[in-house]
Amino acid sequence: MNFIGEPTEDQLAIKDAVERTCSQFDDEYWRDIDETGEWPEAFTKAMAEGGWLGVAMPEEVGGAGLGLTEASIVMHTVARSGAGFSGASAIHLNIFGPKPLEIFGSDEQRNVHLPKIISGEQKMCFAVTEPNSGLDTSNLESKAEKQPNGDYKLYGRKIWTTGAQRADKILIIARTTPKDQCSKPYLGLSLFYTDFDKVKAGATPIPKMGRKAVECNMLFFDGYEIPKEDLIGEEGQGFKYLLHGLNPERVLFAVEAIGLGQAALAKATQYANERRVFGRAIGQNQGIAHPLAKSWAELEAAELMAYKAASKFDQKLDCGAEANAAKYLGAEAGFKACETAVLSHGGMGYAREYHVERYMREAMLARIAPVSREMILNYISERVLGLPKSY
Amino acid sequence: MKVLVPVKRVIDYNVKARVKPDQSGVDLANVKMSMNPFDEISVEEAVRLKEAGTATEVVVVSIGPQQCQETLRTALAMGADRGILIKTDDKVEPLAVAKLLKAVVAEESPELVILGKQAIDDDSNQTGQMLAALLDWPQGTFANEVKVDGGKANVTREIDGGLQTVALDLPAIVTTDLRLNEPRYASLPNIMKAKKKPIDMKEIGDYGVDVAPRLTTVKVTEPPVREAGEIVEDVPTLVSKLKAKGAL
Repeated sequence: MNFIGEPTEDQLAIKDAVERTCSQFDDEYWRDIDETGEWPEAFTKAMAEGGWLGVAMPEEVGGAGLGLTEASIVMHTVARSGAGFSGASAIHLNIFGPKPLEIFGSDEQRNVHLPKIISGEQKMCFAVTEPNSGLDTSNLESKAEKQPNGDYKLYGRKIWTTGAQRADKILIIARTTPKDQCSKPYLGLSLFYTDFDKVKAGATPIPKMGRKAVECNMLFFDGYEIPKEDLIGEEGQGFKYLLHGLNPERVLFAVEAIGLGQAALAKATQYANERRVFGRAIGQNQGIAHPLAKSWAELEAAELMAYKAASKFDQKLDCGAEANAAKYLGAEAGFKACETAVLSHGGMGYAREYHVERYMREAMLARIAPVSREMILNYISERVLGLPKSY
Repeated sequence: MKVLVPVKRVIDYNVKARVKPDQSGVDLANVKMSMNPFDEISVEEAVRLKEAGTATEVVVVSIGPQQCQETLRTALAMGADRGILIKTDDKVEPLAVAKLLKAVVAEESPELVILGKQAIDDDSNQTGQMLAALLDWPQGTFANEVKVDGGKANVTREIDGGLQTVALDLPAIVTTDLRLNEPRYASLPNIMKAKKKPIDMKEIGDYGVDVAPRLTTVKVTEPPVREAGEIVEDVPTLVSKLKAKGAL
């Protein structure tokens, strides 16, 4: 039971270096891009130059070969710096997104693409979710039809594809064998890593609640060409390849939400210490202090669960229960902390100048993506508690 | 040319220092510790000399507890080649540090020692000067610019009211001021490389130097709380108020 302890010297060095890198991007930077909707290009560049995008990629392709624990430290530190999801989501996909390529791709795919993804030269986006198929991935409708020469033509729609306005590559899953011809519903789906052309893919940003700078898109494919060389691994195995990345993604989402909550808590604590009403700091009132203290406890507890999940993952143990629980706890604690921060600021909490309303809008994201709270509770009900499946 | 850079582990510059209740010193329990910012500037300068081809090796040395190894690793991640840790859990005063560094210089024979002008914990601003005196080497303190060329170091110093450039024959001592350079952030690949760089573990006893403290700290107190100022209407009022306080 030694999954939590003092961070190692390396982990401290990583946290320290990421903190310093993020310290160049202050609250105003993040508030401004949330107004303009411009991608945090300078931040993304600084993280790529520091080699952080390769934290969990193998050394032979230019990564650091570290685990989910270290990747979590990086993303947690980014979000906590005040970058929140505007910063975290800008690089999130680079951390574990290319794993299917790393594990199941050909040597050529690995050696050509991974170094460029790590350096930031290749900007990838990732398309799974569809308008008619969110959580039930086996019911994806988009099709990649094989042509006589072996290449594919893609037809269908994707939604919530992050960063597609900027991407030049896409990791995309589509059905290559109709479901009724497959022995299991999740077979017959194939994964591709291919050139992305946002015009041909009809990428349209979706106006949304928060994190304006990191856009999410609708994509429309109508005969989009994918060369046969861009298939990852075997045809029909795409869903299995994706499963590999689900737990790490939940853990990263958890630490990002926790980091954002901790940023909000820090802002609220500072305000509660400085703001004086009736001749004393408002933080002296337990009505202000206790919700903040409660948030601290909730964030710390969620953090423990997230790093427990990461530690189990790195030890190649099954971490499904912990990763799901961490995503649930982290998202809830993060949102609660942001809401408490807004309320602690009173009227000022509603003003953009004080940053916490932006945090609160961003914090909602982790409660919905990458998987809803309800599906997490379903997972725990069925897999951990052994209750009958309800759907 | 070999460059030696001493680095000190100090309370992080972002931490609000708190005095211990018994006023014996600053409370360092559970407080973030980092490399002294002036020492970061020294490491950066040494690494730049190496990148420019002027220096061939950058050796970093730290004196203090085991955790100083983290400080050395930070310097190695910035680009230093190897480290020396002289382990002690005792307080080491500037003179003792200078004596130990003199012994390290005797072993390592660097041509340049770059130190921070002072550490942000005790603000002593003594070690570099003492080391120069003990070695009888020339010194360029409060460096704003360092140029090494043909056995000489030209050091532009920050002095009251301007800059002064001194030419030093090597070997020499340089202490760094804030504006000499902007230290880099360690990148992840360099943090990974730093793990493989050697750190030589030493004890104070290895150097045969008397490090017994010569000073006793009597009392440490928080700075007085600043009282609110007063806004006056015009200059004559200001002048009369200042006169009344005996300031004019």
